[in-house]
Formats: sequence, C-alpha cells, structure tokens
Amino acid sequence: MEENQDVKITIVDRDGVSHTIDAPTDMAMNLMEVVRAYELAPEGTIGICGGMAMCASCQCYVKSNHELPEMQDDEEAMLSEAFYVKDNSRLGCQIQITPDMDGLEVELAPES
Amino acid sequence: MISTDILIIGAGPTGLFTVFEAGLLKLKCHLIDALPQPGGQCTEIYPKKPIYDIPAYPEILAGDLTEKLLEQCKQFEPGFTLGERAETIEKQEDGTFIVTTNKGTKHQAPVVAIAGGLGSFEPRKPLIPNIANFEDKGVEYIIKDPEIYRDKKVVIAGGGDSALDWSIFLSDVASEVTLIHRRNEFRGHLDSVEKVQELKNLGKINLVTPAEVMGIIGNGHVEGVVVKQSGEELKEFNITCDHFVPLFGLSPKLGPIANWGLEIEKNAIKVNNALDYQTNIPGIFAIGDVNTYPGKLKLILCGFHEATLMCQAAYQIINPGKKYVLKYTTVSGVHGFDGTSKTAPKAVVKKID
Repeated sequence: MEENQDVKITIVDRDGVSHTIDAPTDMAMNLMEVVRAYELAPEGTIGICGGMAMCASCQCYVKSNHELPEMQDDEEAMLSEAFYVKDNSRLGCQIQITPDMDGLEVELAPES
Repeated sequence: MISTDILIIGAGPTGLFTVFEAGLLKLKCHLIDALPQPGGQCTEIYPKKPIYDIPAYPEILAGDLTEKLLEQCKQFEPGFTLGERAETIEKQEDGTFIVTTNKGTKHQAPVVAIAGGLGSFEPRKPLIPNIANFEDKGVEYIIKDPEIYRDKKVVIAGGGDSALDWSIFLSDVASEVTLIHRRNEFRGHLDSVEKVQELKNLGKINLVTPAEVMGIIGNGHVEGVVVKQSGEELKEFNITCDHFVPLFGLSPKLGPIANWGLEIEKNAIKVNNALDYQTNIPGIFAIGDVNTYPGKLKLILCGFHEATLMCQAAYQIINPGKKYVLKYTTVSGVHGFDGTSKTAPKAVVKKID
C-alpha cells in the first residue's frame, strides 16, 4: 500500500463557502487545477487560459502563512493588470501542490 | 442577407477545420466571430505559445496553427463576419435558421455549427464606479477606429501589448497620449516596451506609473480622469482628456448563445456525442470546447474529430436521402470552390525494356 500523498487544502469559493479537500501531490497539479477537479468554481470561469498566467481567472487570496513558490515575472505582470488584487493575491495556476502545503488556506477572488 | 450551407459561430481551430471537412462534401461555410481576426483563443490569448498535442506536429505555435488551418481551408472560400457577435437565432418555416449579429448582419443557413469555445471575448472593464455612464461617451474598451482620437487628448490604461501598441500608434494621431499602469514594469514584446521608452523620452507619451485611474470626470462626456499615483508619496490628481481607453484584455463569456434555448450544462452546450454532436435543437450543432458530453475533453484535436462527424450529419440535412460514402483525400484529391485542385500524383506505368 502506497503512502497517502494527499495534502489537506481549504478553499473558500466565490460564494463564501469553505471546502476542505484532499489535493494530490504526485500528479503535478496546481491549485487552479485542484479547484477545477473539485468543481469549486463553474467551468469556464476559472483556468480560461489553461494555466499560462495569462488571464487571472484563477486569482486567489492566500490566507495561511505557508511559504509558497516565489512569484515569477509573468505572474507578477498578470496580477498587475488584474482586478480585485490584494497584497496576498496569487494565481492558482502558478502554485504547484507540494507536501509542505498541507493546511493551506486560500479564497478565490471574484470573477472578472 | 448572407446565405451559406453551414453557418459556423466561432472562427477558432475547430470552426476553421469545419470549413475543410464541409468543403470535401461540397458544402459552403461562413464564419462569425466577435474577434476582429480568425483563430479564437489561439490568436487572441497565446499566439506565441507552443502546442504539443496536435497530431503530426511535435510542436506548433498557436498562431502558426491558425495560419495552417486557414491555408488548409482556403480553397473552400469561407466567408467571414468578424468583429461581430452572434446575437439571435430564428428558425424559419423552411427549416433554415437566420442568425443576426449585434451589428445587425443577417446570415441564413440550413445548418448552424456553434464552435464558440468559451464564448465570445468581451473586454474586461476596470472597477471604476461611474465608468458605465461614459461608455461610448469618451470611454472605449476596444479601439476600432483610431481616427476618432485625432488631435484629441487620450488616456490609456493597462500594462500589456495592446496598451503599449496603441500608445505608440496614437502618439502620432492624438494631440496628447498618457499611459497609466499600476506598475513601472510592462509586459509586452521587447520592441514595444523600448519604443514606448523612446517616445516617453521624446515627450510624445506621458507615462504615469505606478498609478491607477480611480474615477472619471465629465458631464455627459469624458473631460478627465482621477489618478492615484503611489511610489514615494501617494498623490491624487486629475488629468484632462477627451478619451479614456482601458485596455485590460478580454475575457470570454458564453453570452447571447445561452438564450438560444439550447440545453446548457457547466457553461457548455449539451450534445449527442453518440451520433453527430447535435444539440437539443435539430439543425444546430455544437463542436469543440463549447460542447459537453460524458467524457468530454477540451482539446483542439477532439474539436477536429467532432467537426468531421458533424459535417456528415449536416450533409444529410442539406441533401436528404442522397447517397454518399466517405472518400479519402489521397484517392479523390481536394477540389476547391475556387477551381483549384490538389491530387495525388499518379504512379508511373511504363514498360521496362
């Protein structure tokens, strides 16, 4: 029996409902894809560009103090053009799920 | 009135390949797209990004894929209504459909194929409270006719290619161009960024960064914008202008198609995937990313397959009862409506002495 590689992530959807879900760490999934896999935002409203940091439809606010991968230029540039941006905004598609993200808490930014 | 055999809504990869498959069956196509150019997402969002899962192309740029598809379907002379959004559909007594765009262009066809991807691309509007009051009264989200800015004062907001490119272009047209962006860094082609730098140094573009437009001033028409600039000290000031053009990219919305009486599930149109990708309305098909069925994958290559099967069903609707068998292009060649023909070279049959 393989060791369980899932981490628990709490995602507050755009209606304010909180979901604590298991996210796999061995499938090269990012946060945007996890949200889609669990259908926490309607299809067509998230991950529009497919995960190229080119649309900001997966913008989320990071609520916990987890250390996340550093923001790359394209993510920073996209966020500088997006709406509803806060200091803790990130693009879900640029955050790969790793074992040290257990307990991560994020909230999806409004659709725009 | 534009008449055709298959009216395709959406000129992305799936819509363009439909033209080719329909052409093999001697059916003519016309495409409507809200964007000003064909290619859909491939040209609008990621023309310079590679795609690796197009069969027989180990790697192809999305923009090049569009070029190739246009080249492949060229001899079937597709018609295009670009920069217009399909708005309404009406079924006629003779079984055909009339589709009217937001600009009033009418199209008639016995078969409608919706290849609309994620929907039509609409400009993303900044969150400025009174902006709606000034739409088409000095606020434009898309530049259609640059001449309206001649000798006017224009404020452009945004940090991507379109903001950069239009600032450059309008610096020769408008009397004053101000570019406002939230950061000091811009993302765009290096040439564009360097050109804006040069024009700024020459005093032809007034650059305000890091700053944001917070409000619009005017009485019935834009007279200026309220700008908040951060940096060393926070300051708020007004810039006098005749036009404010926010360029924050486009985002797709299913739009009016959602009101056509089609069965919608998860922002997509339900189709019969066991047969022909027809919707709940006979004669209307949905192919590519816009449709859904059990096991659906939003892949370009799946759109190609769906388009091919859909064309066979369209043929039956347009030519009821007519016998037809699948022909291979290698055997039959490709005979365009423009009179051109492509055929496989014949083998040489010659005696060897």
